[in-house]
Amino acid sequence: MTLPADDDLRETPLSARHAALGARLIGFSGWRMPVQYGSILDEHRAVRERAGLFDLSHMGELFVEGPDAGSALAAALVSDPPTLAVGRAHYSMICAPDGGIIDDLIVYRLAEERYLVVANAGNAAAVSDALAERLIGTRAILDDRSLATGLVAIQGPLARAALAPHTDVDLAALRYYAISEGPVAGIPALVARTGYTGEDGFEVFVDWERTGEVWDVLLDAVRGVDGVPVGLGARDTLRLEAGMPLYGNELDLHTNPYDAGLGRVVKLGKPGPFVGRVALERVEASGPAKRLVGLIVEGRGIGRHGYPVHVGDRLSGVVTSGTQSPTLGVPIAMAYVAPGDAEAGTIVDIEIRGARVPARIVPLPFYRRQA
Amino acid sequence: MSVPRDLRYTKDHEWVRVDGDEADIGITAYAAHQLGDIVFVELPRIGTAITAHGTFGVVESVKAVSDLFAPLGGEVVAVNEGLTGSPESVNEDAYGAGWMIRIHVAEPAQLDELLDPDAYDTLIAAG
Repeated sequence: MTLPADDDLRETPLSARHAALGARLIGFSGWRMPVQYGSILDEHRAVRERAGLFDLSHMGELFVEGPDAGSALAAALVSDPPTLAVGRAHYSMICAPDGGIIDDLIVYRLAEERYLVVANAGNAAAVSDALAERLIGTRAILDDRSLATGLVAIQGPLARAALAPHTDVDLAALRYYAISEGPVAGIPALVARTGYTGEDGFEVFVDWERTGEVWDVLLDAVRGVDGVPVGLGARDTLRLEAGMPLYGNELDLHTNPYDAGLGRVVKLGKPGPFVGRVALERVEASGPAKRLVGLIVEGRGIGRHGYPVHVGDRLSGVVTSGTQSPTLGVPIAMAYVAPGDAEAGTIVDIEIRGARVPARIVPLPFYRRQA
Repeated sequence: MSVPRDLRYTKDHEWVRVDGDEADIGITAYAAHQLGDIVFVELPRIGTAITAHGTFGVVESVKAVSDLFAPLGGEVVAVNEGLTGSPESVNEDAYGAGWMIRIHVAEPAQLDELLDPDAYDTLIAAG
């Protein structure tokens, strides 16, 4: 229960602020990050009911620009970025030739020939390297600004009310999965209506050196609506309730988008080859070898990452993420099971410390916000 | 955060309240704070024999699973059933409502191996 004394960890522009707020800091994907400022449950509930502020400066920001930016990304990723209107975004993935997922991404179209690809912190270097290689021979250049770009997210039903007084961006007009350029707290920024919590909210990209100024203003704004700063602990429980996959848990190089129930992200109908196409066409035709499901534990216990899942006497799969759901008040989990076991309503057993605990397969997400 | 003076402790952050030949066992407020919000506690059944330094249960926070280590050997004579519905009692009242099990102490001599409050204070002050 001691903090890792790992001095190789990178600091975000907000690390000193987190420490001053009394956050518990942990190593995460090579970064020193706040896991919680106070209680994870309180932080979770604040985001569901009011608003929370997150430091996501560890994420990777990769700008792709040039006359071939769109077509080069279409050949590098499974989605079809040229179909995005300027100012819109979509969820995407970058796959290996065998269809395994290198990372899941958000792709924003900032201008006719300029895109922003946001990668997970732990994969940012791998995505950057793969993109650089896949852009060779095209008229598109990659500008990896991961260490020059800070990212702060404000999430929750009161996020818009809290952010609006501090930006010129018309938040009411900014659609879900849209992005707009404009000042936040007087500082040039990109404001996107995206997030990883299952709530309405915004992500604010700013210059690394000025991230602290934005954070200070937005922290006051969030506190003004009785919100709080939120660490990675609650970020994980929020995304799990929302049924959103986490790279390293639900997604990895041995998993393809169809396994994860995210086949809709793969645009097999787009023109031309893309990395992974041949393998993914095969999976699409034959069906995935495993399927991601939601589980609600009906006995006592919490299914955690790596716990086996049985159907009768047969091993069916494995839990990828699990926790006590703060919103539902029951233990929830995501798991991969054999395709034949994946129907909602199926009762499976999670093996928890040697004991079989029954759980019911349910449709994802576990939680959906009221429209 | 000074610890109660009438208890004994382990370096694994369990506490022991001796009462005749029986003892109540729980985890310290320091441990509960380090774990964060406790959402699940798994305890042995009444009648289970536990051995000193062996695991007797599990406590789960939102983030993590932690084993509970027995400070003493003996037979479980009572279990705090209230923790099933209110595991947060461990965070809120670690030395009271958050107690976990009561045992009949098998070998009273094992009590001498436990830390006194000053020694436990020193342990947690060192982080």
